[in-house]
Amino acid sequence: MLVASAACAGEIVLNSDQSDPVPKKAMEQLIADFQTKNPDIKVKWNNFDHEGYKSAIRNFLTATPPDVVAWYAGNRMEPFVKAGLFEDVSDVWAANGLNDQLKSAAASMTIDGKKWGVPYTYYQWGIYYRADIFKDKGIAPPKTWDELLAACAKLKSAGITPFTIGSKALWPTAGWFDYLDLRVNGYQFHMDLASGKVPYTDPKVKAVFAKWAELVKPGYFLENHAALDWQDAMPQFVQGKAAMYLMGNFAVAPMKDGGLKEDQIGFLPFPEITAGLPAAEEAPLDTFHIPSGAKNKEDAKKFLAYLASPEAQTKMNATLGQLPVNNQSAKPDDKFLKAGFEILSKAEALSQFYDRDAPADMAKAGMEGFQEFMVKPDKIDGILARLDKVRARAYK
Amino acid sequence: MGTSSTALPGFWKRNQRTFAPWLFLAPGALMFLIYVILPVFQSVWISFHDWDGLGPKTWIGIGNYVELFSDDAFYTSLENNIIWLVLYLLAVPAGLAAALFLNQTVAGIRIYKSLFFFPFVISQVVVGLIFTWFYAPNFGLFSVLTEALTGTQIAVLADERLVTYGIIAAGLWPQIAYCMILYLTGLNNINSEQIEAGRMDGAKGWHLFWNIVLPQLRPATFIAVVVTVIGALRSFDLVSVMTAGGPYGSSRVLSYYMYEEALSEYGFRMGYGAAIAVVLFLIMMIFITFFLIRMLRQERNS
Repeated sequence: MLVASAACAGEIVLNSDQSDPVPKKAMEQLIADFQTKNPDIKVKWNNFDHEGYKSAIRNFLTATPPDVVAWYAGNRMEPFVKAGLFEDVSDVWAANGLNDQLKSAAASMTIDGKKWGVPYTYYQWGIYYRADIFKDKGIAPPKTWDELLAACAKLKSAGITPFTIGSKALWPTAGWFDYLDLRVNGYQFHMDLASGKVPYTDPKVKAVFAKWAELVKPGYFLENHAALDWQDAMPQFVQGKAAMYLMGNFAVAPMKDGGLKEDQIGFLPFPEITAGLPAAEEAPLDTFHIPSGAKNKEDAKKFLAYLASPEAQTKMNATLGQLPVNNQSAKPDDKFLKAGFEILSKAEALSQFYDRDAPADMAKAGMEGFQEFMVKPDKIDGILARLDKVRARAYK
Repeated sequence: MGTSSTALPGFWKRNQRTFAPWLFLAPGALMFLIYVILPVFQSVWISFHDWDGLGPKTWIGIGNYVELFSDDAFYTSLENNIIWLVLYLLAVPAGLAAALFLNQTVAGIRIYKSLFFFPFVISQVVVGLIFTWFYAPNFGLFSVLTEALTGTQIAVLADERLVTYGIIAAGLWPQIAYCMILYLTGLNNINSEQIEAGRMDGAKGWHLFWNIVLPQLRPATFIAVVVTVIGALRSFDLVSVMTAGGPYGSSRVLSYYMYEEALSEYGFRMGYGAAIAVVLFLIMMIFITFFLIRMLRQERNS
């Protein structure tokens, strides 16, 4: 062996942040399967803590680049692409037919007409609701905004909080903003806003908050949400004190852990607001990339190609309990993933989530504004003016 | 080496007293220079640039400072830091009161002293978590109590008017313990003859304390105030653990704002973060200089 940090031929160094037990297991399987298929390549895996990774990646990409790194799509990878730290992998896409197989994610992986990584998993967002409570109160799952408002009013009068939410970590508020904007103004407008082409003081943006206020002002959200994490808001849902939760599919596991049975939980896509608008959905992608300073790019590309393959994604996502990006992969048999697969395969486009679609400092200021709005809906004009000030700076 | 080195020992002997202290200081001074003094100047240098920590630095002169002084979040942080400073100083009299209360000989007093000192021993992060649960809506003790007494819950950490006070209350808990220990040590060294003399002259209670005990505790008071002021200006861990600056940035303090802008997930504006750090450094310098001048003056007078 050479020095441990320098990969010899036939070895790739992989850095990722799968510190939770389930993703860790999925990753171990993936690496084992890849090594079985390519006996001449050894994968040296450095697993980082999820939070620490966000800072660590900036150091190791410049100082000691590995051969493969885990990261995220859209604007989250843009700084690294612009700084020339990621390798263009369009050839991997072309050689393996990925432009067709990973079509739903192609837009999110493209910057300047080139592909910069390979996505391997995503999951849907939507409204999870207590099916038993809905049945008990005689509420049909709402398909339009008016039906949703009617359902909320009914729940509220029965002493049940319509929506639970914990906004302490800010990002749960962004799920609301994204969906309302996608449903009021559509995907293109949402992306233009996220890339700084539209001022936050635009009447179309105001229209989004006007819809949001229809839920905030009557008190349809959990009180004191600013002091709660998303997990802290879960007991309300489990105990039946709140009936709906707008969340990613990862919320199903804690719901079941809390003692809910599968038939007590329902899933519904976010209702239509502007009639006739093609539905875009929120589906954040997890991705792998090759740093431009990698020592063994040839084998790293083999790894990405394997990661993109239908069988690898089927197996990995079965462990993760998420959806494969590859449209040739086997369909999941879990009730919620099936529903997710349905809406994502019909979706007009996929947004990546506000804090991945917008640049970091805009995202932070934006999500703070959303949280403030949810506490003080009357301050909206001041909030939007402040956000536009940040926009002027963030997109220089 | 060793043959014609008669000049050197002579030189060494003559100047030994001059050089020896510097030689002893050298290792520490060198470390201090490399790891403290130099980074201070580097931070100032970075604050004149627009830099994301990855790419090239762009010189923008005082651009960061211009932006800082029109930044609402900066003023919020500054205001919170001032609130921290004022309220944190309550730890000094509170610590003194606790020390006087515990400075007696009762069976088991050591256990009480240990219990009072306990919050200073546990990590600030743990203190933050304990108080977060204490304030937590729906199940926290504080929420349950306020609901029982007033009928409505007060979610301290979700209310922009209360949140800073809520965090300071958590911070005071260990800080009072620290001041208490300083005063207990001071009380141990009190000259009993002076107390006797004061008693003979008829001084009692408050008089005795104010004119005889307190002046002798001056060194302890000085250290307690300095440490508390610096602690209030550096407050970071409790804000980070309890609220992460929220709700919507209303509990930010300068050091946390610096971290957010330069190092957190949504930051990486190194230049801007450095500018905040420089401002914080200048504020601290004002206080530290003031304390140092006072200390030197006192040393000269005695």
